[in-house]
Amino acid sequence: MSERVVIVGYGMAGSRLAAELHARGGDRKVTVLGAEPHRAYNRIMLSALLVGKIDEPDVELAEVAGQGVDVRTGVAVTAIDRAAREVRTDDGDRISYDHLVLATGSRALLPPLPGLDPLPDRVVAFRTLDDCRRIVAAARGARSALVLGGGLLGLEAARGLATRGLDVTVVHQAGHLMERQLDPTAGAVLAGTLAGLGVRTRLAVPATAVAADADGVRLDLADGGCLAADLLVLSCGVRPDTALAAAAGLTVEHGVVVDDRMRTSDRRISAIGDCAQHDGRLTGLVAPAWAQARVVAQVLTGEDPLARYRPRPVVTRLKAAGIDLAAMGDATGGDPAVSGSGNGGPAEELTFADPARGTYARLRIRDERLTGAILLGDNPAVGMVVQLFDRGAPVPADRRSLLLGRAFGTAPAAPAASPALMPDAATVCQCNDVSKGALVSCWRSGARTVDELATATRAGTGCGGCRDAVAGIVDWLAEADPVAAMR
Amino acid sequence: MTDGARVATRPGVPPREAATHCPYCALQCGMVLRDTGERVEVLPRQFPTNRGGLCQKGWTAAELLDHPERLTTPLLRDPTGGKLRPASWDEALDRVAAGIRTVQSGHGRDAVAVFGGGGLTNEKAYALGKFARVALRTRHIDYNGRWCMSSAAAAGIRAFGVDRGLPFPLADLGRAETLLLVGANPAETMPPLMRHLADQRRRGGRLIVVDPRATATARQADLHLQPLPGTDLAVANAVLHIALTEGWIDRDYVAARTEGFDAVRRTVAGYWPAEVERLSGVPVADLEATARALATAGSAIILTARGAEQHAKGVDTVTAFVNLALALGLPGRSGSGYGCLTGQGNGQGGREHGQKADQLPGYRRVDDPAAREHVARVWGVPADGLPGPGVPAYRLLESLGTSGGPRALLVFGSNPVVSAPRAARIERRLRGLDLLVVADFLLSETAALADVVLPVTQWAEEDGTLTNLEGRVLRRRALREPPPGVRTDLAILADLATRLDAPVRFPVDPRVVFEELRRASAGGPADYAGVSWERIEAADGVFWPCPDPDGPDTPRLFADSFPTPDGRARFHPVTHRPAAEEVCAAYPVHFTTGRVLAHYQSGTQTRRVAALRRAAPGAFVELHPDLAARLGVTEGDEVRVVSRRGELRAPARLSPAIRPDTVFAPFHFAGAARANSVTNDALDPVSGMPEFKICAVRVEKA
Repeated sequence: MSERVVIVGYGMAGSRLAAELHARGGDRKVTVLGAEPHRAYNRIMLSALLVGKIDEPDVELAEVAGQGVDVRTGVAVTAIDRAAREVRTDDGDRISYDHLVLATGSRALLPPLPGLDPLPDRVVAFRTLDDCRRIVAAARGARSALVLGGGLLGLEAARGLATRGLDVTVVHQAGHLMERQLDPTAGAVLAGTLAGLGVRTRLAVPATAVAADADGVRLDLADGGCLAADLLVLSCGVRPDTALAAAAGLTVEHGVVVDDRMRTSDRRISAIGDCAQHDGRLTGLVAPAWAQARVVAQVLTGEDPLARYRPRPVVTRLKAAGIDLAAMGDATGGDPAVSGSGNGGPAEELTFADPARGTYARLRIRDERLTGAILLGDNPAVGMVVQLFDRGAPVPADRRSLLLGRAFGTAPAAPAASPALMPDAATVCQCNDVSKGALVSCWRSGARTVDELATATRAGTGCGGCRDAVAGIVDWLAEADPVAAMR
Repeated sequence: MTDGARVATRPGVPPREAATHCPYCALQCGMVLRDTGERVEVLPRQFPTNRGGLCQKGWTAAELLDHPERLTTPLLRDPTGGKLRPASWDEALDRVAAGIRTVQSGHGRDAVAVFGGGGLTNEKAYALGKFARVALRTRHIDYNGRWCMSSAAAAGIRAFGVDRGLPFPLADLGRAETLLLVGANPAETMPPLMRHLADQRRRGGRLIVVDPRATATARQADLHLQPLPGTDLAVANAVLHIALTEGWIDRDYVAARTEGFDAVRRTVAGYWPAEVERLSGVPVADLEATARALATAGSAIILTARGAEQHAKGVDTVTAFVNLALALGLPGRSGSGYGCLTGQGNGQGGREHGQKADQLPGYRRVDDPAAREHVARVWGVPADGLPGPGVPAYRLLESLGTSGGPRALLVFGSNPVVSAPRAARIERRLRGLDLLVVADFLLSETAALADVVLPVTQWAEEDGTLTNLEGRVLRRRALREPPPGVRTDLAILADLATRLDAPVRFPVDPRVVFEELRRASAGGPADYAGVSWERIEAADGVFWPCPDPDGPDTPRLFADSFPTPDGRARFHPVTHRPAAEEVCAAYPVHFTTGRVLAHYQSGTQTRRVAALRRAAPGAFVELHPDLAARLGVTEGDEVRVVSRRGELRAPARLSPAIRPDTVFAPFHFAGAARANSVTNDALDPVSGMPEFKICAVRVEKA
């Protein structure tokens, strides 16, 4: 009998695992149970959907239904019976498994504020496609919005709503935006950038209550003030959805505890994605979830029974029109010489700040490796910095290129200000390997025009790009020796 | 309009001038050859591709005509071994024919293989394919174009239903508002093409170049994306992802002219820019700028070349860029489209007329019964006697002399000892053959291993046609008679066919061969039926397909439909996969190969031209100063580049133009400096293209 794999959750992790299993062939029966009613979608694109540039079909992910994969949406799993090796669903079904994979994801965390139970119509969390639909519906006809929570997702929502033309204010409890990824200076630069894009920020003030009615929503603040708007978006973090696992008696801490092969405390059950806790950590990101899906597929199909999940360092990236932010590693703390003391050589810290233009960069280096970085603003080095950090590769000898430079290339060789300053050996025509010296000696033997020099030396006859340079040399020679030029 | 031919002939007097084209790359620059009596001069000629320009290779091409190392007599190695010695043509051809008979009678017809080249004229390529299938009756024929164009060809066929490098004239590049070059360095590989790019810039167009090195071409770009080698596919998917999220897809075009977009849309949804930035090193902002420049331009062209194609995922990488072009509605739109820059002189025509393991003339499939029937009728042989498909180039060479593999090989216009991946292994395979025959005009590294070397004509001594990178059929014209003792490839094939008792005769006159090629290609995708030498001469060449002598040719394809069964182009979802060999602790650096301006392909020709040798005397290893400093290497130090397959030694050339995690070497050189001793022989599963452009190495001071 073929092996039966049941995947609980049809989000980015669950759908990826189904695809990974399918790609490896073999005769196993894969059942995917998704509680949401729609096919798998790309959560990362929800902010683009919020902006309104794309439609819902554009966020759908590749699907592998059929061919041994049975995808059932709108079906919630209510319990796991580990002894019977089956799951029970809300439509009364029981589905047997040889291996069960939990990909239940996480849920938006609702802050414990008065006025949120039940959730009023004008108050929406930003997490799912349905949330996104509700925000878009509420934003129609709305003029203003509040976003509670100045983390990555809250800022994406704020930016999206501002792009739709809403007047947006972000309320954030901490002293600066994205405090888990940014230092205070970077947070301030980011707030300035957002202000330029029409997003106001209220920092260092907790919210105390929400009041909503048919006309609008009011957010009371701990400093006694209050803000009113047509819409309130909650972005106060997420919590792994571990209820099924806990009820089934699996080891659960913050998330479902898994080992390097993504196995839970029951060898027949794995967990991947947001709901899984590996090495004491939750991820909350798509790339690790997909890497975990791959490990499970490799193990289950026997392609690599010893496959292990190796977490990669986290890079936080916010890129929307007008905002370009990358943060990674230990860049938020204080003096690196103190905070980063320990083994290894002395720490270096590089900073560059141009707040008026929304540019800030801070990099930490130890033993020629980046240990942390914040880049804010359009920094051409961002691709290089991300790769160096990701791979633990040695940094450039000239550190300035990390802060400022375009990655690895050289600027085109600047033409010498005057041909007089050009060494004789300098190549003027690359296509035909003609040096300045060769052109000069050709001029001395009687050639006087660009065409004559071209005929004699072939300079300028390939790509034609050096014709101006040859003309410059002709002018220079004629000026230096007007008598000869007249002959 | 004429193409400027100035052939001054009187009856009985040999021509003193010939309007022809350069012997080297696929740009096929127009040139005039003039025999002054003492020497042959090269003069550039106005032609739509080169517009009067020539690079140093073209200018000096005639130096090989009377080169002291020119082969003018057959060479033979006695069966007992020893050195090659001069021999008569009869002795040499007898030896070849006897060798073929012995091998085939002992091991079957497939025990003899043929290896061709992308520099052969259409007539020779056609005759070679026919010779293999009719005279030798072997299924084993393939050619070095497999290492050049095959990935783009396969991607083009599966998307558009046809493979023509550029589906539009080159001059369209000059009018594109946005031009994206992926893994192409024409400033060094085909310099006169840059005149079209200069046009483009003069008109205010934007040039974007994707290359892991800041090449001479990349340095002229408005935007240079410098990805890690092997990540171009992901870059293309990310650009398409951005086009999707920004609402830049040409929905009407996608609906009216294509199939399969939904699968691609869902696949690229998984290629969000930040993840691809991390993989490729290309900043998200640059990916966005690329998407915007392509999507919002009135006209945009995307071109790929070997940098994107010479990978074990080359077909999928090209497909990713084709998907992007289709999603933006470029192919078939005036002044827009996708194209590939062909490399070898007749890379295009060479793959259309039967040199490929799986193809018959006219770009027909060898496993298509109707195609076999048609071609067999033209050839005058029964269709069921034609062999089936063989195996792609590297698989063929790798199998030589092994159990079940061919034991004899005839090589025309190629030098695999230098140009094959994992070349040391291929060199061993060639040495292990019962019979190796090489037709060339210089003693290439491959010819030096041969049992029989047959001296052949050079370009200035032969008539024929080539098909350039635009799909434009051109005339090569003879300036002078070949030196005594030298024969044409066609004459050699004809003679061998007779000695082997082939069922039909093989014409020697290229014009007669071309007339037969026209009939053989008629009705195929690359239809030459309406092309005549006169017609080529009356215009600046003829663009295929041209089925009717009185009908038009086809400078631009796809205006109304695609040559697929339903007239629609096909999307194919493609996903990134790692290079076949990834860096590790023992081999921590990426290695990539390419070309320099002064040399062509394996360098057999250009390394023997004094001016080119002066300009580029030898191999080098290009590495970033930071990497060099870590290795303790300074400019000019001899370094070793070592992979799991072999090593190369060459002087270090320090340059900030390359990524610090990657080193580069040109592949034109032989011996200890042979870059292909290092390269990986992993193959693309569809095209058979080897992974020349990326493998893992360690670099050390020699």
